[in-house]
Amino acid sequence: MSNVIYKIGDDISTDIIYPGRYMATVLPSETPQFAFADVTELNTMLNQKEKSIPAIIIGGKNFGCGSSREQAASTLKGHNITVVARDFARIFLQNSINLGLNTVICPEIEADENDELEISETEVKNITKNKTFPIIPLPKARQAIVEAGGLIPYTQVKLKAKLGL
Amino acid sequence: MGQTIVQKIIAKQCGLNSVNVGDVVEPQVSLAMSHENAALVINQFSEIYKGLNVEANVWDASKIAIIFDHRVPAESKKTATNQKKIRDFVAKQGIEKFHDIRGDEGGICHQILPESGYVMPGGIVVGTDSHTTTHGALGAFSFGIGATEMASVWALGTILNVEVPATIKVIVDGELPKYVSAKDLILYLIGKISAEGANYKVLEFHGSTIRNMTTSGRLTLCNMSVEAGATSGIVPPDSETENYLRTVAGYKGELEYILPDEDAEYVQIVEIDANKIEPQIACPHTVDNVKPISEVEGKSVQQIVIGSCTNGRLDDIKIAADIVRGKKINKSTRMLVFPASSRIYQEAMELGYVGDLMKAGAVVMNSGCGPCLGVHQGALGDGEVALATTNRNFLGRMGNPSSEVYLSSPAVAAYSALTGVISNPNKGEN
Ligand code: SF4
Repeated sequence: MSNVIYKIGDDISTDIIYPGRYMATVLPSETPQFAFADVTELNTMLNQKEKSIPAIIIGGKNFGCGSSREQAASTLKGHNITVVARDFARIFLQNSINLGLNTVICPEIEADENDELEISETEVKNITKNKTFPIIPLPKARQAIVEAGGLIPYTQVKLKAKLGL
Repeated sequence: MGQTIVQKIIAKQCGLNSVNVGDVVEPQVSLAMSHENAALVINQFSEIYKGLNVEANVWDASKIAIIFDHRVPAESKKTATNQKKIRDFVAKQGIEKFHDIRGDEGGICHQILPESGYVMPGGIVVGTDSHTTTHGALGAFSFGIGATEMASVWALGTILNVEVPATIKVIVDGELPKYVSAKDLILYLIGKISAEGANYKVLEFHGSTIRNMTTSGRLTLCNMSVEAGATSGIVPPDSETENYLRTVAGYKGELEYILPDEDAEYVQIVEIDANKIEPQIACPHTVDNVKPISEVEGKSVQQIVIGSCTNGRLDDIKIAADIVRGKKINKSTRMLVFPASSRIYQEAMELGYVGDLMKAGAVVMNSGCGPCLGVHQGALGDGEVALATTNRNFLGRMGNPSSEVYLSSPAVAAYSALTGVISNPNKGEN
């Protein structure tokens, strides 16, 4: 069970999630401080929050559109965020899967700030509102990366096979 | 059932006869491109090799391209240090398709690749940049990926878990009116189908307007396909493609064309009458907030930006120079021009365009991404408005969330520089 800490609109671009001026900061360990840097309230909340508390951000449609910058996924991963959105832009979703950021595709989601949600493999249950919304599962091929623990371990398996290790 | 061009390319790169939409495959990559974010790719690449007890070497150095463009020359010690780290990696791995900060062969990645002959029809190009869609203009299947995914490509030479995308066929017929260009056409299309209208799909361009369009215009179309959410844009190659590859890119080898089957299956067909399009403007803060210029005319602008991988080629600079030649840019605005590559810059100088632009009051900047992503040059002040030929107008894109960015063609941008307000160049003729 986790709480919705913020609700944000449609078409949230990677320029909003991780502004271009911080793109010279690349290491996943250094990116979290700049998450939503221009959405001051959210940025402050994230930076003050205990890292270990899982929290949810609710997005609209086309979350993560725009640039391919992977920092947009690593910055949220660093805060242990789960993003529940109506749908995601392709590259952002792929980056999230590759890095192990929790993304949940839930086209009908209804949730407000401070609502408590319970997320299973098939549905999001809004405990506060006592309503349930179905999740669109990831295609199997993507699921395989999630199960391997991200693209790096997944690639390692393939590479070992290729090199005969 | 026949196959789309992208299905046929993927099948070839997998050594298969055919693939179906939705199949998950691991095709061979023909070219893997990165820019300064190679710094992150290098980090993730070494993570992959951690604990494997083998030396971390890329699968094929000849298929990797690295181009410095996002922050050139470096704006900070952080960027400069990233660039240094990349140079060391490039030297160690023997990567020859490397374009450093140079006045002879430098420029924006999406211009360097085509003009250097690195992109071939029928290949698969991946790049750690969302506008990698650009290279579909030469008949390649070309799309953006993240840095970790690129590290995986560097290690394996294949791209893991590609889902064969469905394709939307876009048929454009007729002649674009005066001062209406490929930019107006793609803005019109994005406005029509929306910023996610082509999510997870390919836009395949057909029709007489596309056949008569130069490669420069096709690059603009495919560049902005991602703004409709498309995985890729693609133009089936033809004699114009060959002409570009031979004369501009200087490619002398064999050319293999892959074309879509006549009976290929498309998820959607969009038909556009080119004759009816007027100059288009994408209004803040989404690229699909597109209006015909007649609805936006008169809006005052403080900064005009002409350049980028979308519209920084020689024909774009020429049309801007033709419009401002012998005139003066309005005192209430400033005009920045950044050619897409050093080579284009030199050609524009030789043809006198740079002089024309400067005499009118424009600042002609070095080739690179510059103002397009607002981290380095040409940031906007609070409350200011820019009219740019770039491809994104997201909140904060030009470095300031309290400013606005409108997008247009080079002709509209140049003409508006003279008036200081968004204006239709066709009216200047009367
Ligand atoms: S010019 Fe702009 S859109 Fe093109 S690669 Fe550079 S930052 Fe990206």
